[in-house]
Amino acid sequence: MKSFSPSPATDLSRRRFVQGVALGGAAADLGLLRPSNVWALTSPGHPTVLSGTDFALDIVEVPVNYTGKTRLATTINGSIPGPILRWKEGTTVTLRVTNRLQHMPTSIHWHGIILPTGMDGVPGLSFDGIAPGETFVYQFQVRQSGTYWYHSHSGYQEQTGLYGPLVIEPAGPERYPTDRDYVVMLNDWTDENPERIYAKLKKQSDYYNFAQPTVPDFFRDVSAKGLRQALAMRKMWNEMRMNPTDFGDVSGYTYTYLMNGAVPAGNWTGIFKPGERIRLRFINGSAQTIFDVRIPGLKMTVISADGQDVEPVAVDEFRISVAETYDVIVEPQDERAYTLFAQSIDRSGYARGTLAPRAGMEAEVPKPDPIQWLAMQDMMGAMSMGGSAHGGMAGMDMGGAPVVHHARTEYRNPGVDMHVDMPRTNLDDPGIGLRDNGRRVLTYADLHTLGGPIDVREPGREIELHLTGNMERFIWSFDGIKYADAKPVHFNSGERLRIVLVNDTMMNHPIHLHGMWSELENPAGQFQVRKHTINVQPAQRISYAVSADNPGHWAYHCHLMYHMEAGMFREVVVS
Amino acid sequence: MKMNRRNTSFVPLRSALLAALLLALPLAISAQSVPAASSSTAPMDMSAMPGMDHASMPGMAMPTTAGGTTKPAAKTPGKKAKKKHAPAAPASSSHEMTDMDHGATPGMDHGTMPATPAAISDMDHGSMPGMKHAATQAVGSTQGMMGPMQGGNAPADARSGDYSDGVAGSPVHMLHMHGSTPSGMLLVDQLEAFHGRDANGQGWEAEGWYGNDENKLWVRSEGERSRGMLEDGDLEAFWNHNVATFWSTQLGGRQELGEGPKRTWAAFGVQGLAPYWFDVEATGYVGASGRTAARLRADYDMLFTQRLILQPEAEINLYGKNDPQRRIGSGVSDVRFGLRLRYEIRRQFAPYVGMNWVRRIGTTADYARQDHQPVLDRQIVAGVRLWF
Repeated sequence: MKSFSPSPATDLSRRRFVQGVALGGAAADLGLLRPSNVWALTSPGHPTVLSGTDFALDIVEVPVNYTGKTRLATTINGSIPGPILRWKEGTTVTLRVTNRLQHMPTSIHWHGIILPTGMDGVPGLSFDGIAPGETFVYQFQVRQSGTYWYHSHSGYQEQTGLYGPLVIEPAGPERYPTDRDYVVMLNDWTDENPERIYAKLKKQSDYYNFAQPTVPDFFRDVSAKGLRQALAMRKMWNEMRMNPTDFGDVSGYTYTYLMNGAVPAGNWTGIFKPGERIRLRFINGSAQTIFDVRIPGLKMTVISADGQDVEPVAVDEFRISVAETYDVIVEPQDERAYTLFAQSIDRSGYARGTLAPRAGMEAEVPKPDPIQWLAMQDMMGAMSMGGSAHGGMAGMDMGGAPVVHHARTEYRNPGVDMHVDMPRTNLDDPGIGLRDNGRRVLTYADLHTLGGPIDVREPGREIELHLTGNMERFIWSFDGIKYADAKPVHFNSGERLRIVLVNDTMMNHPIHLHGMWSELENPAGQFQVRKHTINVQPAQRISYAVSADNPGHWAYHCHLMYHMEAGMFREVVVS
Repeated sequence: MKMNRRNTSFVPLRSALLAALLLALPLAISAQSVPAASSSTAPMDMSAMPGMDHASMPGMAMPTTAGGTTKPAAKTPGKKAKKKHAPAAPASSSHEMTDMDHGATPGMDHGTMPATPAAISDMDHGSMPGMKHAATQAVGSTQGMMGPMQGGNAPADARSGDYSDGVAGSPVHMLHMHGSTPSGMLLVDQLEAFHGRDANGQGWEAEGWYGNDENKLWVRSEGERSRGMLEDGDLEAFWNHNVATFWSTQLGGRQELGEGPKRTWAAFGVQGLAPYWFDVEATGYVGASGRTAARLRADYDMLFTQRLILQPEAEINLYGKNDPQRRIGSGVSDVRFGLRLRYEIRRQFAPYVGMNWVRRIGTTADYARQDHQPVLDRQIVAGVRLWF
C-alpha cells in the first residue's frame, strides 16, 4: 500500500479513494433518482429483499458516488448490489426484467442455477438479449437451494453494477439452522469506463500493477540474500518476460472494493447478540477481483460452497474466487465488534465490514498482507515440487503424475506464452499469498459435498482443455484459440464426461460452466465437491465430471471479466 | 572536439548489425508472405557478410554499442519494460540466436521459408533455465515428455483443440465475439526540448497502432527541429503482424522528412520484447538506386519506484552507400544513446529529464567535420512521454 503513495498529500487522497466516501453508495438509495417502479427504501449497504415467486426487475442507470466522483452505474432496481432475491426450492419463479437503459441491450444470467437453456440469459447463446425498452420474462422451476447470485452477461455491465444476491430456501428444513442470516456480497467498483480498462490492458498489460519489482528491491535482496540468490530469483521471470506480481491485472489503483455495496469507510455492519449462530453468505460478484476473507477473532465454519452443502470445516480464512459463493457459520461469544476483512489477491486493497452487537461499533482493520511473488509451483507445477526447481525427473514422484496433452494450437501461437508439461494436481494448496501464513486456510481438498455426486456413473470420456494466454499482450483463450475463432465444444446429451483443465498460465482462472454442475474430483479421480465455478490455480491440473443432462447452448468461460472479454470463452452445445 | 576515430573497432560491430538485419529481412518477408521482390537484396548482402553467426540478433550487439559510448546501463534484473523497443538479452540469447539461424538461413536463398512464424517463435526457446536441453530439441520436435515452457513445436502426441464433433454453434445471432475487438494506441515516447553544445531544438519519437491481436497498422515517426526548421526526421508505416509470443514482423515504408532530398524507402523488420524485458526494433530499408539502410533500436525500463523510471535507449543507423546530399556515409552512420528519467504522474503522462549522446561515425563523421558540425553531440533533454 505504501508504494502507492510517495507523499503525504497523495496518501490522503489515496486513502479516500481506497476507503471510499463514507456515505457513498447508490444515489437511488437516498431517494435522489428513482425510476417509476416503487421498491422499499433502504439505507446504503442494506439491499432490499424481494421474496416470493413473481419479481419485477428494472435495469436502470443511476448516479452513484463511491470515491467523491459521481458516475453512472447500471443497476437492478436502482441499488448496488441489486435486491436480494429469495426463492424457495420447488417453486416456479417468474422474473420480468425490463431494460430501462437508454441505449444498451442488457441481460440477466442466474449464476449457478440449473434451468432450461432459453432462461440462462446469455445474449448470443441462449437468447437475443433484452433491448432498451423491452421486457423479457424469465420463468423456470427452482430445483436447488443455497446461495447464488445473478448478474448481467452483456458487455461490461458486471463491472458497472449489474449484480445481486440470490438466496434459495430449501424445500425442507435448513440443514444448519442459524439465528441470523446475512448476505455478504463482495464487488469491485471503478470510476473508469470498463471499456477503457480493457483498452488500457491491451496497450500496457501491467498498467494497474503498482507492485512490480524495482531496482531498490533488487539491492535489498542482494544485501539480504546475496547477489547470486537475488539474480537467481529474478532469472526465470526476466527470461520468460513475465511478472511475478501479476495476480489480477486490475488492482486497487482503480478499484474501490465493496461489501454489500458499501465502501470500506462505509463499514457495512451486521448486528448480532453474543452467543448467536450467524450464517454469512459470501458471494464474490466482482468483475476481476479474487478476495481472501477472514474475521480476526472468529473461526468460520464453512457449510456450503457454490450453494451446495458440504461437510462442515472450520477455518480462519478462505479464498473466494470470482463468482464463487461460500456460506459460513460464526458464533461470536463476546460483546465486541469483529471486522469482516476481504483483501484482494494482489493486496492492493480490501473490502471491509463489521459484525457488532450495535451499529456504529468497529474493530481493528488489519493491514493487507505483504505481497508474495508467485512461486515455482505457480510457474512450473509439479516440476518444482519435491526438490530442486529443475532437477529433471530425478527428484520427483512420478507415480500418479498424469500425462498432459497439449493442443497443437498452443504452439506457434503468439497468443500463448507458456506451457506447463507437469502441472500440479494437488488440491490442498491455499494458493499464492496464503501459503504458510499461520492461519488455517480453506482449500478445495477440505470441501466434501454432502450426499456424493449427482450421477454415480464413471465418466465415459475426457475432454482436456488448456487455459492459455499471453500476459504481455493480454490475450486469453482455451487451447490457444480465442472465442472469436473457436468452434463449440460438444457434449452428447445424457453422457457423463470428464473435463480436464490444465492451467498453462501463471494466473488463477475461475472457470464457470453454465447449465450443468461441475463435480470436482480429487487427484485420484474420486468425487470431491460440486461447484458451478472452479478456480484453477497457476500451473495446476484439475478434473471434474459433468452430466450432460441439459440440452442447449451454454456459455463456458473464465469468470474474470477481462479475460472472458479477451477470448477465454467457449460455447458448449449439449445435443 | 575529439574525433576518436577508430574505424576498425566498428568493423565486427557493423558486420554483426548488418547480419542481424539480414536475418530479419527474410523473416519479415516470408512471414508476411510477400512476393520475393524485395528479398533480392538478401543474397547480395549475404555474400558481403560471410562468417556471421550467432551474434546476429540485433540486441546482442546493442549493449556493446552502448558500451562504446558510455557505460552500459546497469544490469538490473527484476523489472518490467513498457511497450517499446530495447536491446536483446545479453547472456541468455544464444539459444534464440541459434534457433533463429536455423529458421532463417534456408530462407536466405529464395525468400520462401517453409515455416517462418515458426522460425521466429523459436527465438523464445532458451527462456527456460534448467530446460535448455529441451529447448534445443524443440527445434525439431520435442521428444519425451518435457518441452520448453515457452515456444517450441507441438509434441508428437499433441491433440486437436476441436471438440465440436461437427456440431454448429448457437443459431442466435452473435452479439459479441470475445477477443476480436480492435484497439489502438498513440504513444509519444519522446516529445522534448534539447540543449546541445552546438544546437538547441526540439525532438520527437512517436508511434501509433490500430488493429486486432494478429494484425495492426503501425505508424512510427521520429525527428528533430532546430533553428525553427525541421532538420531531420522520418515517418514510417507498417503492416505489423504477430508471429510469436513476443515478436511481430513489420512490412511497410519510410518517408524521410527534413533537409536534403526526401528519400522514400521500402521497410521491413521485426520488433518485440527480448528476454530481460528489452524492447527491440530492427528495421531494414531498401530505396531507389540500390540504397540500403538499417535502424536498430532498443530500450529498457528500470523502475526505481513504481513511478520513477529510468529509460536507457540506444539507436544505431546504418547505410549501404554514401549519400552526400543527406550528409550520410556508408556503414554505421551514427549511434545514439539516451538516458531519460521520467516520473509517471499517470501511466499516460510522464515528464522527464535526461541526457542524449549522438555520435556520428565514419564517413558521416567526415561529412560533419567538413560542415563544421560536431561529431559527438551531448544534449540535455527535457520533455514529456504520453500515450492515449
